[in-house]
Amino acid sequence: MFRRRKDKVELARRAGDRLHRFHGGLRLHHYKKISCEIPVQRAALPPRLYVPLLQHTGREAEATVSEGQHVLKGEQIGCFKQLGSGCVHAPTSGTVSAIVRHPISHPAGEDGRCIVIRPDGLDQWLEQEPLADWQSLDPAALLQCIRNSGIVGLGGAMFPTAYKVQEASERGIHTLVLNGSECEPYISCDEMLMREQPDSIVLGARILQKAVGAERTLIAIEDQMGAVHQALQAAIDRSGTASISIVKVTTIYPEGGEKQLIQVLTGLEVPSGGRPADLGLLCQNVATATAVARAVTEGKPLVERIVTVTGSGVRSPRNLLAAIGTPVSNLVDQCGGYLPGAARLVLGGPMMGYPLASDSNPVTKAANCILVLNEDEIRRPQAEMPCIRCGECARVCPALLLPQQLNRSIRAQKWEETQAGGLRDCIECGCCDFVCPSHIPLVEWFRFGKSRLQELAAEKQRADRARQRFEARESRLARNSLARKQRIAEKKRALRADAGQQEKIAESIERARKRREKTE
Amino acid sequence: MLTAILSIAILGILFGLGLGWAARKFHVDSDPVVDQVDAILPQTQCGQCNFPGCRPYAEAIAAGDAPINQCPPGGEAGVKALADLLGLDPMPLNPENGEEKPATVALIDEQTCIGCTLCIQACPVDAILGAPKLMHTVIAAECTGCDLCLPPCPVDCIEMIVRPRQDGTWTWPQPVAATVPGQMRTGVT
Amino acid sequence: MSRHFATGGAPHFPPHRTVGSVMRQVLYALAPGVAAYAWFFGTGVLLQILLATVFALALEGAMLKLRGQPVKQFLGDYSAVVTAVLFALCIPPLAPWWISLTGMIFAIVIAKQLYGGLGSNLFNPAMIAYVVVLISFPQHMTAWPQPAELASHGLGPLEVLLTVFSGQPAGGLGWDAVSGATVLDAIRNGAAAGQSMESIRQSPAFGQLAGLGWEWIAGWYMLGGLWLLWKRIISWHIPVAVLGSAFLFSSAVWIADPAGNPSPLVDLLSGALLIGAFFIATDPVSGCTSPRGRLVFGAGVGILTLLIRRWGGYPDGVAFAVLLMNMAAPLIDRFTQPRIFGHD
Repeated sequence: MFRRRKDKVELARRAGDRLHRFHGGLRLHHYKKISCEIPVQRAALPPRLYVPLLQHTGREAEATVSEGQHVLKGEQIGCFKQLGSGCVHAPTSGTVSAIVRHPISHPAGEDGRCIVIRPDGLDQWLEQEPLADWQSLDPAALLQCIRNSGIVGLGGAMFPTAYKVQEASERGIHTLVLNGSECEPYISCDEMLMREQPDSIVLGARILQKAVGAERTLIAIEDQMGAVHQALQAAIDRSGTASISIVKVTTIYPEGGEKQLIQVLTGLEVPSGGRPADLGLLCQNVATATAVARAVTEGKPLVERIVTVTGSGVRSPRNLLAAIGTPVSNLVDQCGGYLPGAARLVLGGPMMGYPLASDSNPVTKAANCILVLNEDEIRRPQAEMPCIRCGECARVCPALLLPQQLNRSIRAQKWEETQAGGLRDCIECGCCDFVCPSHIPLVEWFRFGKSRLQELAAEKQRADRARQRFEARESRLARNSLARKQRIAEKKRALRADAGQQEKIAESIERARKRREKTE
Repeated sequence: MLTAILSIAILGILFGLGLGWAARKFHVDSDPVVDQVDAILPQTQCGQCNFPGCRPYAEAIAAGDAPINQCPPGGEAGVKALADLLGLDPMPLNPENGEEKPATVALIDEQTCIGCTLCIQACPVDAILGAPKLMHTVIAAECTGCDLCLPPCPVDCIEMIVRPRQDGTWTWPQPVAATVPGQMRTGVT
Repeated sequence: MSRHFATGGAPHFPPHRTVGSVMRQVLYALAPGVAAYAWFFGTGVLLQILLATVFALALEGAMLKLRGQPVKQFLGDYSAVVTAVLFALCIPPLAPWWISLTGMIFAIVIAKQLYGGLGSNLFNPAMIAYVVVLISFPQHMTAWPQPAELASHGLGPLEVLLTVFSGQPAGGLGWDAVSGATVLDAIRNGAAAGQSMESIRQSPAFGQLAGLGWEWIAGWYMLGGLWLLWKRIISWHIPVAVLGSAFLFSSAVWIADPAGNPSPLVDLLSGALLIGAFFIATDPVSGCTSPRGRLVFGAGVGILTLLIRRWGGYPDGVAFAVLLMNMAAPLIDRFTQPRIFGHD
């Protein structure tokens, strides 16, 4: 399997010519139709918007507005200087009523700082400055625009897009892959977007292609998205771009994962710990492409997104175009409210989504789906049986891991074994957990194990630094004490050499002796 | 008779050569024991083990002069790792050396600090910055939480606080799971 | 008003099978083979299954209680029943009742529960039990009945009951009246006596392809096994490796000396090879888990079985082969770890 990067990049140029298989995966029921029957509707603004300052990977942004200040739609209200791309904008015009800690849609259910905005109902945009003619601009200017518009990966990763594109372009990209294969059941926001705004996606693809310097673009969609193919093809024909093509991939969960999609398209594996850029590829979500198109051609930052509100616990599921910061409860209300029996609220899909403890959580840039599941559709608190080593987990694992062995070594706290077993390569897709007859919460254990591995690595680094600093100090102290000894020795020698001084010393000794005799 | 002796001799030579070759081919360079022990110790440099730093304690352990249960910051896990490395039985921490505590860092109350530099001299990892008669401060990222700066401070202006979590990081909890197979699991994260 | 929800780790969908459902499907898959067995050899096998199951459940329950484990939950996993049924299918259908009891004591108490219960046993419990009773009570364990067509006297259900509980054939019949040599016995004895395959095949135990009656039972087992494959209860690796290696080995020996060896077809359809390939060697707990490991494991079972049949001390060797490979399983797993995604 060993090939040099250059060869792999050459092979990856043929991406999409032929479809490949990835290992394992699951054929799940889609449940997508229920939310696709009505066109996307704009959600009404809630009385209060809670805009989280953490809507990107890394640290919270800093608020750039203060309480009581009036803001316009699209005005920057938070900025994270270090990466220069984690900025947050006001989703509507109104007054900043507070900056508070509030439940945000955090993977581990933690709170975060939110800017609370009371809409004034005018929804008035800040004056926009679209880039005059994007085709004549150089990539750096495009990236600057993407960065200032607060665009992050809308598929759920929330990785700052400008950063990702820039890093990739430095490594050399030949193919841009737009990921439209949302493989998780229930989620349909990307499908609806591709159906309704194909021109915007194609435009975004052209801009991103130029920004990263790619030769062509592949838009990957699922084979069961019927209407999408024609819509996109028509949009490509209208734009007259020859370098964009559509690939239909087989719907097998998790084929929408970046690494799996690339394997399907190229037959190559993204190296462990590496990026698609190692193969000359850049992967972006289709919704990210529309956000880029809007930012560049209309000057509008990312302040809203399409959210699928669906599940067996919602009265009338649909897709809503929601302002960032809209509380989940508000969106559910606009879909007819909960049905009796609604038992779990999930941000994201049923396989990887984060459970929300309360529906006061706001919609974030990564919130592709609000899923309400019924009692009988979720795992009940249940007895865990011992592993019977049936190997089903390994059969479905797209990362080719042996989940049951990892589970054993994590529980035994054998961290070296865990690392060697490839825990870091786990994508937490949940396939193993789903097929486990013993109902072992494998993903929960793997997340815990990953945390521990990270902590241990940090601990090791800390210890190494402390050792270094301790040793540096020891050697400095030793050096100093040696130097002092030398200084004293030298002084003594100098005294001894000087006859006049010697006399004085003898005198003073004599004096001291006499004094002592007197007192006695 | 002669053939027997010869064949045995030739076999002996062949096997000897084979063994010699294997010894070279599969030779594993291992760290000296001291380094391996030192790698397990937490490098707090706190001296609770009654040695002046982690390295001296590691040397004593390697020489067999000190038991492996004198390092409270390393905790039970550290004792276990040492036991595994040295092929000894794990033993509980020696309470005379102190108790296992969560990681801490020092925090100087900058209002009270008189700038005496005593803590700077006590810090084993040079994690305190300051000059005579000027306020001191702790570089939290470098502080090992050894407590050595506490006794020399004449105005008691140093406090040990639980080490704050790094920004933007979080950890997943250990699943509430059956340690005995078959126990009920409650669905919580 | 905000509404609160209970949280839980992803994935949120409930798992689609349980240990109990897996084990139950194994039992369903055995049903056609058991029916064929009863058809050809009378109701004895059903009685043995019943006896072994009752003993197994009672012992399992008692052991779980002693070990402080939740009894109901673990009895509901059906693993003890699968062990009992597999054991009952391996012993002669007219064996006395205490054979079952002894076997289940070794299977459930010693091989399974003392090792830590479900998921922790190193050896296949049913095969441990079978080997223990085979070595301890050889005369009872070799009294195989004749197919109904050959037996001079077919035993009715009541007579079967009496036979099993008294240890003597009911109605004053001798063992000779109700039992005879199996195909593997015939081959073994014939070969020992220097007979050629031609004459051995004249033995009344032979049917169209292999053992009279047995060839059908083996076929039904295979059908059940294929159903398990289709339902993805077992993976193809072990059955294919067992049967493939046995076939290749048997063919090689047969081609070298057609007169002194049975044909590969006879080998595959005789004894416990088919039930072994689909139901016994596929026991996940005591076998290998990695796909390549399973191929090695299965190949080992197939070849060892044939080695024991040809040159060992017993007419069949599936049980010994499985136990030997159980021993090697951790080692095999260690050396057959799959390559991880993204690693060269």
